[in-house]
Amino acid sequence: MNATSMTVAGAGPEWHPPDRGRVAMLSLIAAEAAIFTIFVVAYVFYLGKSLTGPMAKDVLSVPIVYTICLLSSSLTIHFAAKSLRRGGVLTFGVLWLATITLGAAFLYGTGTEWYRLIYKERFTISTNLFGTTYYSLVGLHAFHVIVGLLTLTIVMVFTMTGSVGSEHAERIDILSLYWHFVDVVWIVVFTVVYVIGR
Amino acid sequence: MSTDAIAMPSAAIAPRPIVARLHDWVTTVDHKRLGILYITYALMFLLIAGVEAMIIRIQLIRPHNDFVSPAVFNRLFTMHGTTMIFFVIMPFMFGFANYLIPLMVGARDMAFPRLNAFSFWMTAFGGLLLYFSLVGGNGLYGAGNAPDVGWFAYAPLTSQTFSVGHSTDFWILALLVSGFGSIGTAVNIIATVLCMRCPGMTLAKMPLFAWLNLVMAGLVILAVSPLTAAQIMLLVDRYLGGHFFDTQAGGSAVIWMHFFWVFGHPEVYVLVIPAFAFASEIIPVFSRKPIFGYSVMVGATIAIGFISMSVWAHHMFTVGMSSAANAFFVISTMAIAVPTGIKIFNWLATMWGGKIEFKTPMLFCIAFLFQFLIAGLTGIMQGAAPFDWHLGSSYFVVAHFHYVIVGGILFCLFGAFYYWFPKMSGKMYSETLGKLHFWLFIIGFHLTFDFMHIPGLLGMPRRIYTYEPDRGWDTWNFIVTIGVFFQAAGVLVFLGNLIWSYFRGKVAGSDPWDAWTLEWSTNSPPPAYNFTSPPVVKSRRPLWDLKHPADPDWNYE
Repeated sequence: MNATSMTVAGAGPEWHPPDRGRVAMLSLIAAEAAIFTIFVVAYVFYLGKSLTGPMAKDVLSVPIVYTICLLSSSLTIHFAAKSLRRGGVLTFGVLWLATITLGAAFLYGTGTEWYRLIYKERFTISTNLFGTTYYSLVGLHAFHVIVGLLTLTIVMVFTMTGSVGSEHAERIDILSLYWHFVDVVWIVVFTVVYVIGR
Repeated sequence: MSTDAIAMPSAAIAPRPIVARLHDWVTTVDHKRLGILYITYALMFLLIAGVEAMIIRIQLIRPHNDFVSPAVFNRLFTMHGTTMIFFVIMPFMFGFANYLIPLMVGARDMAFPRLNAFSFWMTAFGGLLLYFSLVGGNGLYGAGNAPDVGWFAYAPLTSQTFSVGHSTDFWILALLVSGFGSIGTAVNIIATVLCMRCPGMTLAKMPLFAWLNLVMAGLVILAVSPLTAAQIMLLVDRYLGGHFFDTQAGGSAVIWMHFFWVFGHPEVYVLVIPAFAFASEIIPVFSRKPIFGYSVMVGATIAIGFISMSVWAHHMFTVGMSSAANAFFVISTMAIAVPTGIKIFNWLATMWGGKIEFKTPMLFCIAFLFQFLIAGLTGIMQGAAPFDWHLGSSYFVVAHFHYVIVGGILFCLFGAFYYWFPKMSGKMYSETLGKLHFWLFIIGFHLTFDFMHIPGLLGMPRRIYTYEPDRGWDTWNFIVTIGVFFQAAGVLVFLGNLIWSYFRGKVAGSDPWDAWTLEWSTNSPPPAYNFTSPPVVKSRRPLWDLKHPADPDWNYE
């Protein structure tokens, strides 16, 4: 049998399968969400189960400013992708850089908080059960912010060399899905660690 | 009909040097080559883990045997279980999915060929890492070599206190690394099935194989990720002094069980749904009838996928959960029997009134139907919490899940091997050797696993390295071990058949089974680009339409 004969059946129907990049990114986000779910469940399950101090209320302070930074970076990346779709590469570059800056500011916030906890409060991942759950959940999120920042920076470099145009809008949209996911995870982590857990 | 329109030009070209050909295989991103790499790799580990099982059974053939030491015995059952699940059955399933899905949906490759190669090599190196523990597991402490914590590695056995040395670390890293590979492959399968279908192939016209693998990939996404998370926690405990599973610091050993089985139970369905997929392709072709109840099959598979996420704690009835939790997990476990039963009836209805051809693939699938039914029935027995308190951690459990994995999954896998071997190699296998393999294996299987239930009911615990002679377990264990040699002989015949047929088999042609799905429309083995031009389909059986233009399927669907 000849493979070509399969095409004789007709001119072919209207055919618009979904975009594979978007489907793959959503699948990856589902997998990541499952990983975070387990860590959040562990955090909530172990709330107040620590046998020794310090507890969350003793050492944690609420990182309001840095949270605002990260959440507003979702807005900047949204408008960056939107302006690229309309062909505004310069606006895209500025907003993209703003996104990176806001993400980096958030990471700086996590860094200073950890520095204070480790060097001033002498509170580490092995101090007690709370330390284990706190550092691993917040650290897992920070790791995802770092990965996101790396990918955003790669796009920034390509933008500055003039290789990004409106033909890449779909890919940029897909990448921004990941960044939105990282932000949404922070809303959950923030609620669990700094609101409920404190 | 079955003659190739394009003559194979390769015969005229001198073979390339072996190094260049090996380089092609190592750097390949072709889904067919990666599929074959997965399958070959899994075959290699099947032999290794099979030998481990044989040593375990030789040790247990009579009471007070001292074939291996207790420490070695612990390593053997840990390595056997871990290898069979993660480095034999999963790579087999991914290999067939890789090879067949693009061909079945009329695509030229998977959605992300390089991600595909990356995923394969992650899985491959994960397996090597597990076995490197034999060399590197001693670590600085000089204690232990291969992992010996059991395949579900309950806390606190995995803590630094009880697992000195690096063997447990190799176990964690091997599963972590191969887990990344599995998630990558799952993402790829989902994207391929949803986005790479050829024109006309709506979701309702996809081969069931593609549908079932889509559900399997979804389960991998939702099940392997929790395992990854749990392994990260275990690494934090072992290397950073964390306390997740440290009961001395308020941690919980039971939550490891929950996290492991949140992965572990859907994992069973990750393994068995592709086996269903094989049966759903093979049974119709050898019954000469279309599959009975296509849409119900799809619905039942999705239902199994959902319910399988909510039954994990039936592995934990003996832990002592609340009665509400026990009741919930009993009911959800019973519920999963409904869609599974629907599938069995659909396969039977497909065969009913069909013109059944008892070729080797069909024999394996028929055996699968009966054995999987029995495996399901013993599953329902243990799904009832009070009965499970009696049977938990006994050889009855071991017999049950081997009935699922060997009697169900492995039988379907052998069927799939024989069914698609002509497509992958271009040669026909030997039907005589195939039937010899089937009979040897089915005799061995039933000797081993039918009789294994009985010492379990008599109270023989699993994982013991030897036992007292006066418990009434002796004869049963003797029969069980004898069966293993029949199975081993069957597997050797199977491998011999593959090798002999590859070199000496008759040329198969593109469509030896007169089948109906797209993979049979291209050459055997298919060219690198699969199809000269993208096919267009109008029904679930595009090749039937092509062969019977006067009476095409789309008139009835």
